[in-house]
Amino acid sequence: MSTKLIQQVRPLRGDPVDVLIEDGVITRIADTIVLQDVEVIDARGLIGLPGLVDLHTHLREPGREDAETIETGSRAAALGGYTAVHAMANTDPVADTAGVVEQVYNTGRQIGLVDVIPVGAVTVGLKGERLAELGAMADSAARVRMFSDDGMCVGDPGLMRRALEYVKAFDGVIAQHAEDSRLTVGAQMNESELSGRLGLTGWPAVAEESIIARDCLLAEHVGSRLHICHLSTAGSVEIVRWAKSRGVDVTAEVTPHHLLLTEELVATYDPLYKVNPPLRRGTDVDALRGALRDGTIDIVATDHAPHAVEDKECEWAYARPGMLGLQQALSIAILTLSDESGAVDWQRVAEVTSIRPARIARLDDHGIGFVEGAPANLTLVDPAQSTVVDPHALASKSHNTPYEGLEMPGRVMATLLRGEFTVRDGQAVK
Amino acid sequence: MKQHLLSAADLTRDEAVAVLDTAEQIEASLQGREVKKLPTLRGRTVVNLFFEDSTRTRISFELAAKRLSADVINFSAKGSSVSKGESLKDTALTLQAMGADAVVIRHGASGAPWQLASWVDGSVVNAGDGTHEHPTQALLDAFTMRKRTGRSMGQGLDGLRVTIVGDVLHSRVARSNVLLLETLGAEVTLVAPPTLLPVGVETWPCAHSYDLDAALPGADVVMMLRVQRERMNASYFPTEREYSRRYGLDAVRAATLEPAAIVMHPGPMNRGMEIAAEVADGPRSTIVEQVANGVSVRMAVLYLLLGGAA
Repeated sequence: MSTKLIQQVRPLRGDPVDVLIEDGVITRIADTIVLQDVEVIDARGLIGLPGLVDLHTHLREPGREDAETIETGSRAAALGGYTAVHAMANTDPVADTAGVVEQVYNTGRQIGLVDVIPVGAVTVGLKGERLAELGAMADSAARVRMFSDDGMCVGDPGLMRRALEYVKAFDGVIAQHAEDSRLTVGAQMNESELSGRLGLTGWPAVAEESIIARDCLLAEHVGSRLHICHLSTAGSVEIVRWAKSRGVDVTAEVTPHHLLLTEELVATYDPLYKVNPPLRRGTDVDALRGALRDGTIDIVATDHAPHAVEDKECEWAYARPGMLGLQQALSIAILTLSDESGAVDWQRVAEVTSIRPARIARLDDHGIGFVEGAPANLTLVDPAQSTVVDPHALASKSHNTPYEGLEMPGRVMATLLRGEFTVRDGQAVK
Repeated sequence: MKQHLLSAADLTRDEAVAVLDTAEQIEASLQGREVKKLPTLRGRTVVNLFFEDSTRTRISFELAAKRLSADVINFSAKGSSVSKGESLKDTALTLQAMGADAVVIRHGASGAPWQLASWVDGSVVNAGDGTHEHPTQALLDAFTMRKRTGRSMGQGLDGLRVTIVGDVLHSRVARSNVLLLETLGAEVTLVAPPTLLPVGVETWPCAHSYDLDAALPGADVVMMLRVQRERMNASYFPTEREYSRRYGLDAVRAATLEPAAIVMHPGPMNRGMEIAAEVADGPRSTIVEQVANGVSVRMAVLYLLLGGAA
């Protein structure tokens, strides 16, 4: 039986405590626990968070293992403080059958660095034409509860309605990539005065907002759960706020990069900044930050999108959209949820990076934190340390981060998955 | 001049006027010569890197470099290593290794010349990138305007009223012209249906209008833009006929222009669509002159970028 004693970790509320973990489960929490012959972890000065949960990760396996594998992505996730990640379905083959989702799930279990939970495709081959076997994926060993054609929008309103209705049978949720593709033909960046000047076709905010409005109404009509991926505009925030006020069962995520970066960076034509949805204006960033603080936006999701060098070191128009995020998301959440004096709202950090994502995905054993009887899926963060981003020092197989040289606050010192270290002293264990 | 010419906005007024003056000097020095060649760039290598078909621009740059006695290499993406999958960066590194002093790049992707400039040591000249810019076209247009309106060396285009008509949204010529003409003191009005004006055009240093008939009488220069065939089926306007009626420059409209006003077009033209044949071939038209002036202006640009020394 494995036993660990974490000493003097600071939970989200209250004074530092000792935490006893036996066989992967938190068995005791007290001011002081004195035991002989157990592994002791000195956690003085560290903040204890429930292990982070990402609802939006691209692991590229199967199909593009040159950009990322489940193993390298899992290691990046663990170093970022994650104990569970949801692997998006736009792999090759697409994760649209029980076979593919089980393959992804089992590979993640074998690696054992993080729980890899597949997201099932909503439609066969992400083509938006007919529903994939959602029930078979839900019934599989992977127990899929979240479905998304991410990268593509389920554009057909009739099909979207059916998807929303169908997943009610197993308490599933449809995660929509909100983009009316008829409004984004050839789009390369946010549609704005800047896109006009740069000669890049614009991706207008209304292409996102119109789909969110439509889908909120559809979810209300059929009484289903809807999750909106990567909100990027102030208008989208207003629509989600309105829908929630009507009682629609809608949740929304924002990415770290949409909380930090603005479209002005595109003027460099550096494809590191190319992402879908695109980087928006400063006013959008402000609205997204405000919405994350006030709860209109429920969670931070990374949209971790590794790409091989040749897919980024090329002309802007030909570059693939997306950037890395797993190892910086927590820092950006900390930045966003700090007040002017630098004090961090750790409770809210935990809610947006762990507690709410776990509940949206219906995970029973994540997003709980320091509770006796709960699985020890935990993250210990040193708020006094920071990390300067070095793209080549990241664990991901790809290096497409826009944060090179930036100092990121807070450092993940330890991540525990079911009581076992996946990260210790800031280093991956395997 | 700076190391590269990527955007018309790279040029200060003095630099832009210097290019026009140099072009005029080059033209004068070649006049009457049997061999139209200067030894200025002997020993220098200029690479024409064309990822898009553009016979007229490529030949213009080739002729400009050759008249300055540079060694010229034409690199077309078709049938080259690029068509076998070589990336722009690999191509750039190859050119770098071969010691290219200047690379003239035409590319279908906006921003490609900026990326190239970050990978090579030599000068990069943007010969048209996507729907973004075409600064030497703007320079040759300004050169043509200055000559046609009787302005002399050292002068800009102060107070000149220029109306640019057509598919501004997709036009690199329009973008570069707006920037350069503003630098040189001209007053620009863009005229197009709302669907063919870029978002945010109201922040550009020019006026805009949807009404061609209202814009013509006060103009000293009318520049017609080519409407690309593929736009005609993409609902930017209902039909070719309607576009032509509302935004085409026919003889009746041309008659409303000031007597001294000139008509320009970057070519190639859709005769009968954006411009009527009798206007294109009429006395106001500068279309053939623009082509000739292009060589002089591009010689000036290469000369100034490469410093002239062997």
